[in-house]
Formats: sequence, structure tokens, C-alpha cells
Amino acid sequence: MNFLFRYANPHEFMRLSGAVLPFTAVATMLCLAVGLYLGFSVPPDYQQGTTIALLFIHVPADVVAELAYGAIAVCSLLSLVWRHPLADTAARAAAPFGALFTALGLVTGSLWGKPMWGTYWVWDARLTSFLLLLFLYLGYMALWNAIEDETRAARAAAILALVGVVNIPIIKFSVDWWSTLHQGESIVSGKVAPVYLWPLLIMMLGYVLLFLTLWMVRIRTAILERRARNLMQAN
Amino acid sequence: MSPFVTLLLRDIRLAARSGGSAALALSFFALVATLVPLGVGADLHLLARVAGGILWVAAVLAALLSLDRLFQGDFEDGSLDVIALSPLPLELTALAKITAHWLSTGLPLTLLSPLLALLFNLPPQPTLILFVSLLIGTPAVSAVGAIGASLTLSLKRGGLILPLIILPLLAPAVIFGAGAASLALDRLGAASALGLLAAFAFAAVLLSPFAAAASVRLNLGG
Amino acid sequence: MNFDMGPYAVYIWPAYGISALALIGITLWTLAAWRRAKARLAALEKRGPAATKT
Repeated sequence: MNFLFRYANPHEFMRLSGAVLPFTAVATMLCLAVGLYLGFSVPPDYQQGTTIALLFIHVPADVVAELAYGAIAVCSLLSLVWRHPLADTAARAAAPFGALFTALGLVTGSLWGKPMWGTYWVWDARLTSFLLLLFLYLGYMALWNAIEDETRAARAAAILALVGVVNIPIIKFSVDWWSTLHQGESIVSGKVAPVYLWPLLIMMLGYVLLFLTLWMVRIRTAILERRARNLMQAN
Repeated sequence: MSPFVTLLLRDIRLAARSGGSAALALSFFALVATLVPLGVGADLHLLARVAGGILWVAAVLAALLSLDRLFQGDFEDGSLDVIALSPLPLELTALAKITAHWLSTGLPLTLLSPLLALLFNLPPQPTLILFVSLLIGTPAVSAVGAIGASLTLSLKRGGLILPLIILPLLAPAVIFGAGAASLALDRLGAASALGLLAAFAFAAVLLSPFAAAASVRLNLGG
Repeated sequence: MNFDMGPYAVYIWPAYGISALALIGITLWTLAAWRRAKARLAALEKRGPAATKT
């Protein structure tokens, strides 16, 4: 735990993130470039045809959507239990990205669904779960914005995030159960043929790196904004 | 009388008076059940198919109506501070309020549901299952609702955020509850659905008081 | 690289397009906010010698 508290100091965080950022930014661009190149070089799937191309932007978006919520949950725990001062800032900063990637997952999933099922939406278990996840993000952000006192807002949001993260497996389970009840379709079946695996993994890595990069920038921005606020109050 | 029971009875009395949350929830529930056939047409087969889902959603929304006042009333006139200082642990206070809310909204809604199921041409066996599902599931609605209510109790217009926060969390209840009715309608066993619903409700009622108490504490400046 | 998506092009390209737009957009937004915060802080620091508290 102690090493985490070393970076609780905003100065330390600024220093560390400043050093790491150029690397993550470059790595992001490399991964996305290579991933896209490989993604457009693969043969069409025997079942899904060329729509397999959507695998490479749909699944990575979903991965980040869940990762971001996990990050918010961890930061919320650090905030509530260990009072890690930067945790609130980090949690709040991650939310818009999580919401965006969730929405992207829904849009790409819907566009993938049209050629597969004939309609833009068909209540596939995964997409439905992600729709609910989007609402969880919106509620989280709304709570932050609604409570005026920042400290209170932070703790309320943290409680909500933890309640949410406990619920997410339950929600997914119930939606899965529901979709077997109503015989829903599924876009992505578990197995991915090896030839598609590499572009997929590299794109996933690229998306994750993009999220981490943008997240760090946003936390740094929040730290600067707080410094500016303190300066204004001091004057 | 134990402080738990005192609080419980007081909240129920508040909700049961005319214009209180009980009457409001029942009227809303009945109105939605009336409006939906007006909206989708009187095809009795269709109505029977959607009865479980519509009535479950309507019940959740009806219970939602009075949730934002769950803690707010006491917060605004200072009674919540007094209650928080009493020997009764805040978690039990939350449980008392959840129970009062259920007794004054969830339970009446459940009791009214067979009559409304009639409007939807739901056969007797599925109606019974629906009744049982609401009986088991509405406590979960009150419990999860209390979490949202306690998080938003300091907000003037917290009522707008409350549904956004708790409805996604209640999706499992709607899924299992309406699913049970749907299974019964198809002459399939609804036991698994009811079992899952019971597990969800049990966990919700057990754990929500802790989250709600933590939220009340933070809003009281604790 | 193969860009001929056949009949599915009408789904694939909008999906890629929206993704690109969204990701580039959020990157620009994030960077813009960073630059704004940096500039504002620099301006405030020039004005007053008050110690920077965090």
C-alpha cells in the first residue's frame, strides 16, 4: 500500500505521469497503427464475412468500458477506506472516458448487429448489459455534478461506484439469464479464430493505452485546476 | 417500544395519511396499468404477454415516487440529526425506513396487482406467480431505493437523479420478477426465477442499510 | 491491405468513422482542457507570489 501513497502527493504524481506520458502516447499510436494495418489485412470470416472488421473496434471499446469502471471502483475504495487524496480526482476523471467507450461499444455493436440480425438493436445480452453500464456511468457523473460540496460529492460518488461495481456481475448474470429466456442472438461467440487474435489484442492494447494516457492527462489537468483555485483563494 | 418499532410506525403513519406516498403509489400503479393498453391496443394475447413486464416496471416506478422523500423530510427539519444521535444504529434506522417504505408502498402495490393483472388478461396461475414475485421483489426495490435516497438527500432536485441512479441497479429484480410471470404464462416452471429474485432481494435488504447509513452519515457531515 | 468490404461497407465504414471521430475528439478535448488549465495557472502565478498549495 505504501508505494501508492507515495504518489498520493500531487507533485509526485505530476512528476511520474509527466515522465511516463510520452511513452504511453507513442505506444498508443503504434498499437493503433499496427492494429489497424493488421485488421485490414485479414481474410473475411467464413461466417461473418468482412464484418469481422468490426471485431477490432467493438471489443476493444467494450474492454475499456469495463476497465474504466473497475478503475473508478478501485479509486473509490482507496478514497473511502484509505483516504487516498488523489483517488477522488482520479475516479471522477475516468468517468467521461468510460461513458464514451461504452457508447462507442453500443454504436459499433449496433452497426455490427444490422448485417447479422437485420435490425440495429436486438437485445443481445452483452449490448444490453453495456446499455445498463452506460446508465451507471451517467448516474455517477450526475451525482458528482449535483452535490455542491466537493468532499461530500466525492464520498457520495465513491459509495455509488462501489454499490455499482458489486451490482455489475449481478446485472450481467441476470441479463444473460434473461436473454436465454427470450432466445436472443449473440454477435461475438466466445472463440476467435487465431488469425484475428493478433489484430484484436493489439487494438485492445491500443485502446487501453489511449484510455490510460488520456486519463493521466485529465488527472494532471484537475491538479492544475485545483492549484489555480487555491491561488485564487489565497489572493 | 423499541426505537426501531417507533420509527417504523411513525414512518408508516406519515405515508398512510391521505395524499401520502401509499395512495400516490397505488394510483400511479393503477393509472399506468390503464394507460398501457390504451397505448398498445386491446389485443388480449399481447397484453397477457406483456403483463408481467409492464406491471413490474409500473410497480418499480410507483415505489420510486416516494423514495426521494425517504430521508429528505427528516433531513430538512433536523430530525435526522436527532435520529442519528439516538442509541439506534444508523443501519437499523435505515432498515426501519426501508421496512416502512415497503409496508406503505411495495406491499399495497403487491396486493393490488392481481386486480390489475385482470385488466391484462393474465391467467390465474401466472397472476399468482406475479403476485409472489412482487411480494418477494418489492422489498429489494425499497432497499436499493434507500441507497439512492440517502445519496441524494441533500439535493433540492435530487428527485431527478434518483431514478437514474437506482433503476439500472434494479434491472435484475425486473428481469427475474417479470421473467417468473413470463415463464408461468408459458407453462414452464417459475421456481428458478423466483429463487434468483429471492436471492437478490435477500442480498439487497441485508446490504443496503450499510450503504444507506454510510451515505446518511456523510450527508450529516459525519 | 484490403479495403473492399463488399456489401457490408455501409456498416463498417460508419463504425470506423464514428470511432475515429469520437477518439480523436476526446483526445483533442482532453488536451485542450490541459492547455487551458496550464495557461490559467501560469497567468495566476505571474500575478501573485503566493505559494502554490495543492
